[in-house]
Amino acid sequence: MEIKGLKIGDKVFASRLFTGTGKFSSSALMKRALLASGSELVTVALKRVDAQNEEDDILKHLGHQQFNLLPNTSGVRTAKEAVFAAQMAREALETNWLKLEIHPDPKYLLPDPIETLKAAEELVKLGFIVLPYVHADPVLCKRLEEVGVAAVMPLGSPIGSNKGLRAKDFLEIIIAQSKVPVVVDAGIGAPSHAAEAMEMGADAVLVNTAIAIAGDPVRMAIAFKLAVEAGRMAFEARLAKPSGLAVASSPLTAFLED
Amino acid sequence: MNDTMFKELFDTYDWDEVKASIYAKTERDVIEALNKTHRDLEDFKALISPAALPFLEEMSQLSHALTLKRFGRTMQMYVPLYLSNECQNICNYCGFSFDNHIKRKTLTDDEILKEVAVIKEWGYEHVLLVTGEASQTVGVPYLKHAVQLIREHFANISIEVQPLEENEYHELSVEGLNAVLVYQETYHKDNYKTHHPKGKKSNFYYRLETPDRLGKAGVHKIGLGVLLGLEDWRVDSFFTALHLDYLEKTYWQTKYAVSFPRLRPAEGVLLPKMELRDKDLAQLICAYRLFNGEVELSISTRENEKFRNNIIKLGITSISAGSKTNPGGYSVEPESLEQFAISDERTPAEVATMLKQNGYEPVWKDWDLALMTTSHDH
Repeated sequence: MEIKGLKIGDKVFASRLFTGTGKFSSSALMKRALLASGSELVTVALKRVDAQNEEDDILKHLGHQQFNLLPNTSGVRTAKEAVFAAQMAREALETNWLKLEIHPDPKYLLPDPIETLKAAEELVKLGFIVLPYVHADPVLCKRLEEVGVAAVMPLGSPIGSNKGLRAKDFLEIIIAQSKVPVVVDAGIGAPSHAAEAMEMGADAVLVNTAIAIAGDPVRMAIAFKLAVEAGRMAFEARLAKPSGLAVASSPLTAFLED
Repeated sequence: MNDTMFKELFDTYDWDEVKASIYAKTERDVIEALNKTHRDLEDFKALISPAALPFLEEMSQLSHALTLKRFGRTMQMYVPLYLSNECQNICNYCGFSFDNHIKRKTLTDDEILKEVAVIKEWGYEHVLLVTGEASQTVGVPYLKHAVQLIREHFANISIEVQPLEENEYHELSVEGLNAVLVYQETYHKDNYKTHHPKGKKSNFYYRLETPDRLGKAGVHKIGLGVLLGLEDWRVDSFFTALHLDYLEKTYWQTKYAVSFPRLRPAEGVLLPKMELRDKDLAQLICAYRLFNGEVELSISTRENEKFRNNIIKLGITSISAGSKTNPGGYSVEPESLEQFAISDERTPAEVATMLKQNGYEPVWKDWDLALMTTSHDH
């Protein structure tokens, strides 16, 4: 039994679990965990890799055919810096895919909505497949959709917090009204959080910390893979919603049956 | 725009009152601090107080978990590159002190590049340039030229030099400077003058306001610290934490780091006024992490092998290895005057192996000049 593929830009992904590459105890372990996760889209920070160097440890380990690289702009503080970094990433990593992240605040790494929208608009014009990391802000997500981003990536809760879907009410609105795929990014700390996001109808989730710092990252990666598949399958199978309204008789509408 | 300065806040505190309140903290205060998720400056006081020492194992476990969550199983590698030991300041704890009558050296371009070749060979991408304070020889023009000279070789350049003006910091940022380390040495205003009797460094408030100038200049990262042992390290650490807290709220786009230089014997200098034992330093590092989950905490080769092997799990996020503290120390002139003696003589490769054995990935590159608009014009 397979879940539906997810189309973003010109690619179709069988796996709806996107992953990050930071915080692992070694690149070899990162590779094993990401392979086990089934993830086909992995984000990598431009600042962490030396793209000129063919022996770059991270890039060497991400060379597997299962992985599509999603370079990210972590470290930039403004739209201008993001656009420049994106062009460097495109040249160095030979992909026009980009996770746009502009968090001028290095403490909580929260995204700057104004700079993000500005940069997204310009990057789309420059031919990038833009996936912006944003707050769970439904209006911002629509504005980003209008400038042509390929997907939106609202956060579930503060990045690295492992707190789950604290922004659930807003994520539901984003999912309900988005015409582009919605990838819940940041804050997903347990497979149950990932399953919850998928059951809600998120198109994918992005997980990094929870896998990277688990006692056994490979097994945790598999746990997330299963949770994402289970959640998605439940969504596709039209999960019955709990209801407080079930009543046998219809006192208010019985007259219509006469 | 921010026009506040830390001095205004600092002047509302009194050293002796702060000291008394730290030493008055009780076991109950410590337990309360340990049980919180967001800890304030009063909690920090409790955690650095003698009352917290019996809780060192609990503090260590919490610190380890918090660090793991934020930084993962990684350790940033960096190395100092001493450019000059010329200095016009008299500092009674430093090997470079003006009154220390030993031959001085400032590296030429060729010499800098020879040193660069050695540390690049070891794998370093993050470098810390260090000088004394000698405005004629190692002023802003020299520093600017040095950054220009080496920037194609490194992903991340920091400096630890004399305090500069805001526009000078901006000028260096444009060339690719990422971080500035400026240690207050001590926040004890009166004793600061005895430790720094002569030279520009003797101006306490000019140094105190340096991080404000860095924040206003938009420098990406500011490193803070005191010379532990110069005065009561608990009180000095409280003021460092106060400074950090103020800076984070004022210059919220800036990253912060704290270092823990412990006063060590150098040629012809004084002994610590208050000894900081290994367990005190471990307690202090954990207290910082419990107080601030995001700040980078750094440990240098001032500390010995055994201590470094173990402290990495207690909150540390960056580590130097193979360091020389004298200009030319890597290849050009290994015998020149050093700033202080190092205690961990292992090579960077040996330290990297130790990290891996402890389940940490040594990170050599975590920045890229491409991320800075200011340097794009090159």
